[in-house]
Amino acid sequence: MKVGVVVFPGSNCDRDALHAARLAGAEVELLWHESPDVRGVDLIVLPGGFAYGDYLRAGVLARFSPIMGAVREHAAAGGFVLGICNGFQVLAEAGLVPGALRRNSTLRFEHRWVRLAVERTDSAFTRAVPAGRTLRLPVAHGEGNYFLPDADLDVLEARGGVLFRYTAPEGNPNGSARDIAGVVDAGGRVCGLMPHPERAAEAVLGSEDGMLVFRSLVESVAISRRALSVA
Amino acid sequence: MSSHRFVVSVMPKPGILDPQGRAVEQSLPHLDISGVTDVRVGRRVELTVEAPDMLAARAVVERLASEVFANPIIETWEVAPASLVAVAG
Repeated sequence: MKVGVVVFPGSNCDRDALHAARLAGAEVELLWHESPDVRGVDLIVLPGGFAYGDYLRAGVLARFSPIMGAVREHAAAGGFVLGICNGFQVLAEAGLVPGALRRNSTLRFEHRWVRLAVERTDSAFTRAVPAGRTLRLPVAHGEGNYFLPDADLDVLEARGGVLFRYTAPEGNPNGSARDIAGVVDAGGRVCGLMPHPERAAEAVLGSEDGMLVFRSLVESVAISRRALSVA
Repeated sequence: MSSHRFVVSVMPKPGILDPQGRAVEQSLPHLDISGVTDVRVGRRVELTVEAPDMLAARAVVERLASEVFANPIIETWEVAPASLVAVAG
């Protein structure tokens, strides 16, 4: 499995994501935002940070990077994409996952540990998560307040598009609609996640729960490759 | 070709919580100001477009407004020729 982590000007979790993917057993490389090519990777990670300084709106300028055309093609061809934090904001602005991320309702930059309920363990991003298991991951964002109109939220929920929700004891850190922390596109291959699995990938970091997301993806790529070789 | 200057106003959609507006509102008592409600904070973008005519220029601005300056899920926008709007400076 090959993982490419995109580096935008202002990305700051790119190395962490690279490290976590490597720990999960993947071959890894960094993908420069000006490159129009994703070099045949199986999974693209859009990492956390402040791409293009978050000017105008978080994620909106990154969306016009040359690499995003390749990310869009990769997704359209059924490739896996994981957008973490700022990466989620980029995916949402690009329309690759539904919704928008507004300023936190607390009016503060929220950086702390949260607990996530995993809504589905049959998705490409959660298949390694034992049923009923919650995840302890950190958040670090100023604009993570997930929004969609109610009717669209109903549609999203009905198709199983919500993968992660903030849950007790810490609860919802940012005012997100229906406590949503992570969503997946209709094809099930593109996921936006506000908390940081790559920052909880080793015991020394205080939690290894994030590895469950990366392991899920390693398994999903293997399954997807087997399906292709059979077909 | 001619130059056309526009003002684009972007606002949080009505009914959607505007945390910035709320923050401003909450700070007013510290200034001993009362009677101010419904503060909404938006964004104003001014730009000049070279185009064959006003209509073509406006089409460019409308596209920019809906694809870049505003996020249609959470914001509304309004495009106006600068000549019809008081432009600072």
